[in-house]
Amino acid sequence: MKEAKGRVFKFGDNVDTDVIIPARYLNTTDHKELAAHCMEDIDKEFIKNVKEGDIIVANKNFGCGSSREHAPIAIKAAGVSCVIAETFARIFYRNSINIGLPIVECEEAAKEIAADDVVSINFDTGVITDETTGKTYQGQAFPPFMQKIIDSEGLVNYINANN
Amino acid sequence: MSKMTMSQKILAAHAHLDEVKAGQLIEADLDLVLGNDITSPVAIGEMEKFNTKGVFDKDKIALVPDHFVPNKDIKSAQNCKCVREFAKKNDITNYFEVGQMGIEHALLPEKGLTVAGDLIIGADSHTCTYGALGAFSTGVGSTDMAAGMATGKAWFKVPSAIKFNLTGKLSENVSGKDVILHIIGMIGVDGALYKSMEFTGDGVASLSMDDRFTIANMAIEAGGKNGIFPVDEKTLEYLKEHAPGKEIKVYEADADAEYDEVYDIDLSALKPTVAFPHLPENTHTFDENFDIKIDQVVIGSCTNGRINDMRIAADILKGRKVADGVRCIVIPATQSIYLQAMEEGIIRTFIEAGAVVSTPTCGPCLGGYMGILASGERCVSTTNRNFVGRMGATDSEIYLASPAVAAASAITGKLSQPSEL
Ligand code: SF4
Repeated sequence: MKEAKGRVFKFGDNVDTDVIIPARYLNTTDHKELAAHCMEDIDKEFIKNVKEGDIIVANKNFGCGSSREHAPIAIKAAGVSCVIAETFARIFYRNSINIGLPIVECEEAAKEIAADDVVSINFDTGVITDETTGKTYQGQAFPPFMQKIIDSEGLVNYINANN
Repeated sequence: MSKMTMSQKILAAHAHLDEVKAGQLIEADLDLVLGNDITSPVAIGEMEKFNTKGVFDKDKIALVPDHFVPNKDIKSAQNCKCVREFAKKNDITNYFEVGQMGIEHALLPEKGLTVAGDLIIGADSHTCTYGALGAFSTGVGSTDMAAGMATGKAWFKVPSAIKFNLTGKLSENVSGKDVILHIIGMIGVDGALYKSMEFTGDGVASLSMDDRFTIANMAIEAGGKNGIFPVDEKTLEYLKEHAPGKEIKVYEADADAEYDEVYDIDLSALKPTVAFPHLPENTHTFDENFDIKIDQVVIGSCTNGRINDMRIAADILKGRKVADGVRCIVIPATQSIYLQAMEEGIIRTFIEAGAVVSTPTCGPCLGGYMGILASGERCVSTTNRNFVGRMGATDSEIYLASPAVAAASAITGKLSQPSEL
């Protein structure tokens, strides 16, 4: 995926993996089942309203807490095309790249973009455009190695191609 | 001359490099790859997709079903079956079935599977616990676990570090939990994001291994990549007992290693510390006069389910009773801790006080089972996370505390420190 465009759902600081996908649903690995409970404990309406391609914008330390890959899986399976945040917790960051969920760090965009704005992101340039306000932001580009994993559509494909 | 931190030295050695710098991307050899009943099934699914068939080394993988075990429902049983069959098919040496298993981060050091100088990844965020033994260990997700099991390698961005210079000695009823809660309260839940937390100083010698495990365990609650302690006589003694004959490598930070920040912490000045809902950084001490009635107490988890934790709680509960209307749930973290506690009469003490004692499991720590909170209920817990809904209803509350505070609170029925008894 080189580009994403969608409507914004906004969250605050320290959105943890327990609210992204509560542990009571971790007895399954089924992507659809996980997606059905995505963000349930922080926003019950999220899963009813989210549409294919929509975008999550959050503040500091998004995805903190547990190492459960079920968290980025649930977000991706819910149809979210990209998560923009001021910062990500490191395991969540790693997991997202490994499973091919695009994530972008950009403090200014995370602070200024409002809920329900329509936003587009160009993953080649890292440029984020708030189509509602017309404002653009420069997101942090991935280091080349991570870009290679993303281009391979995940770690497994990358390793298979390089061994 | 290199100027590396302890963590960087371990990474450099495992990447076969003389030197690494913060920010550098490296590929390193792994000494151990860990997974549990929640993360392994996802990793096992990914394993199928690798060209390389099978695992890199059947002795260097540890599979510990501990979260929903003994199985709490059919779906958990299916997950465990998947892990069990994978272990059997690949002849995994360190698969721990019910009866041998314990909470992974208490179990692996006890079994001698994690030693000083090791590089360990685990598909569980509290894999950072083994830093207590002078290992570099960090949590990853299931895909990284799968890649680790298939190739024996992982990619790392070399972290910079924060140094915590510990001096003095802890006072009575203050323990490792209070140290780490104090630190998280000070630097925040993202205070060490992407970084190593290196604990050093004269004060380290006075900390028991169990205190060090507790402190390293919660490095992740400050966003840390790993937490690490220097190897001293206590570490060597522990390793001699639990990992006899295993090769140990002792790494030390260079004297001129660079740190992003240095904090001096006088252990003797620390007080019983509690993290209020809903973040571990939301810390308070009993200088404020709390009046917080509670419904439940949990003493256990990979943070505080070790034998010293059991002893501390039992000393306080001995000859006393859990308050009316309070459920006190005690969970020794491993079978051998359970047995030791039984032999020392600690289990009897708990039961006579009106507490319930469970077989080893993560259970309530992550809101799995064995102590889920109803709407509006409050729990004092020795676990590590008090996020919204972590232990049950989204409007329930978790107060993170030491075993001493948890036991004292069980007796009074409100958040209390032992000196109030
Ligand atoms: S005890 Fe809690 S924090 Fe520790 S491994 Fe189990 S669920 Fe995770």
